[in-house]
Amino acid sequence: MSVPTDTRTDTSSTSRPGASSGRAGPAGHDHRTARAAARAEARRRRLPLLPALLFVIVCTQVPFLLTIWYSLRSRNLLRPEGDQFVGLQNFADLFIDSTFRTAALNSVLITLGCVAVSVLLGLGLALLLDREFAGRGVVRTLLITPFLIMPVAGAMLWSISLFNPTYGLVNWLIGLIGLGPVDWTSQHPIFSILVALVWQWTPFMMLLLLAGLQSQSKDVLEAASIDGAGPLKTFLFVTLPHLRFYLELSVLLGAIYVVNTFDHIYLMTAGGPGTASANLPFYIYQRAFLGFDIGQSAAMGVVTVIATIVISLLALRLIFRSINSKEQS
Amino acid sequence: MTAVAETTTAGRTRAGRHAVVGKLLTGLAWFAAFIFFAPVLWMLLTSIKQESDAASSPPSFLFSPTLDQYRAVFTSEAGAYFLNSVIATAVSTLLVLALAVPAAYALSIRPVKRTQDVLFFFISTKMLPVVAVIMPIYVIAGQIRMLDNIVTLIILYTAMNLPIAVWMMRSFFLEVPGEVLEAASMDGASLMLTMRRVLIPMVSPGIAATALICVIFAWNEFFFALNLTAANAATVPIYLMSTMTSEGQFLAQLSAASVLASLPVVLAGWFAQKQLVRGLSMGAVK
Repeated sequence: MSVPTDTRTDTSSTSRPGASSGRAGPAGHDHRTARAAARAEARRRRLPLLPALLFVIVCTQVPFLLTIWYSLRSRNLLRPEGDQFVGLQNFADLFIDSTFRTAALNSVLITLGCVAVSVLLGLGLALLLDREFAGRGVVRTLLITPFLIMPVAGAMLWSISLFNPTYGLVNWLIGLIGLGPVDWTSQHPIFSILVALVWQWTPFMMLLLLAGLQSQSKDVLEAASIDGAGPLKTFLFVTLPHLRFYLELSVLLGAIYVVNTFDHIYLMTAGGPGTASANLPFYIYQRAFLGFDIGQSAAMGVVTVIATIVISLLALRLIFRSINSKEQS
Repeated sequence: MTAVAETTTAGRTRAGRHAVVGKLLTGLAWFAAFIFFAPVLWMLLTSIKQESDAASSPPSFLFSPTLDQYRAVFTSEAGAYFLNSVIATAVSTLLVLALAVPAAYALSIRPVKRTQDVLFFFISTKMLPVVAVIMPIYVIAGQIRMLDNIVTLIILYTAMNLPIAVWMMRSFFLEVPGEVLEAASMDGASLMLTMRRVLIPMVSPGIAATALICVIFAWNEFFFALNLTAANAATVPIYLMSTMTSEGQFLAQLSAASVLASLPVVLAGWFAQKQLVRGLSMGAVK
């Protein structure tokens, strides 16, 4: 996938020492050699970039072009004879597929829910950690651990152990205050997935936001307190604007990762009950690897990518602007 | 006199209130740490239980600890899965560094034209849902007989981590002061020499941070491993899953396996917290 772009704000190439500059020669061939030299220089500069660029293009763009090709054909691995060009039929089928709509909605719900809750919790924890106290290093270390646990292990820990309806720790805890046992992953599948995801992603948000809080200059905070601003006012009018870049970054990076959530759904609910908790990655996987319906799953992949492009185009511009403005400051 | 006395008492009570609030906040921080760590603690506890204690209702907190589950993992076929994970993670990380360091150089120190476009392209591939490309990859890998082959995973993990690594390494190269490079080029040092003697040593903390992030993502990767491997090339996440599908009692052994599977990344993350932050933000947060 390549996102079209018109950001041609390459100012850096002239500011660095050693940039080739066309020498102003009086004769025409001087000019030509200068141009040839500039071209050679450009080629020399490009050389170290090419292996990485080609590698990524071959591994991501070529398969995606094939996905588009598959999406126009009726290929099904179970029926090898049925492979023919069907135009946009696969896409037309998508729009009457209610499971596809549910999956798309679940994708949005899981991504928004997880990112919003983890950013808020992460902000709270970052504020708690942004002060000196006994054992601060230990608290920080304990708090980041959920993010470091292998996601497959985390998902299974929640679904099999903690959320287990008969011997799970969560049901035992709510039993202490008199609430009946709940079969979490089948009665509240999306909630269960969200809990496991928020548990995993809150430390990530906390780390980024804590870095933001600690990059705040102490002089500004002192000045605010001398000017008579209380802690709340200081937070709202000094800290929060400073954190804006870090908040944007956490939301965007979090969304990029969470929107592709697959492990948790596969292992905790298998998209169930029925298809109630399937998101797009899981539903596409199901159609491709359990239904072997390549044409249909490819069409879903293409639609997902188009939707992602539209959203990420907006998001990427934002991330680019904030990272660039940060570099310049 | 009295006025002064009054203000000091007021100051003292305010200081006293401040201390109380401080203690409360500290308590809250410890409480939050306990809540977030509790599931990990439970996993650790379960891993040193017998299966009957692991699946008891109500949950058992008092039991005689045992290392049987760890012994069972070590004597199972887990070793092959761990070996695959180590190979896929180590080789892909080395490949990523070999490709990303020169590329980041070409996007920072001596930038190519349209540097911004190239950076934009790299990061946009991270937004590509993996499911949208898995089918062609599966079909191609099947046709060239590369299914269930560790090389396939290495290639895909390299492609998966390369964009992040390029961004990260670029942010480290941008921090190298221009004067250093100028001095090196005035001394007549060749590009390779400057690279080896000046640049690489200066960005070596950055290389370590980049490697850490690549290791974490490759070690934990599940989707490609699930779809493209079977008996030969399966990695640790697949092993964890396979312990579940066997019927009967498996919770304690699964916990022990989970602890062992998570341990490398947890330890690396604990000891390199600063690098972790920078890596997770692709170099944007220093």
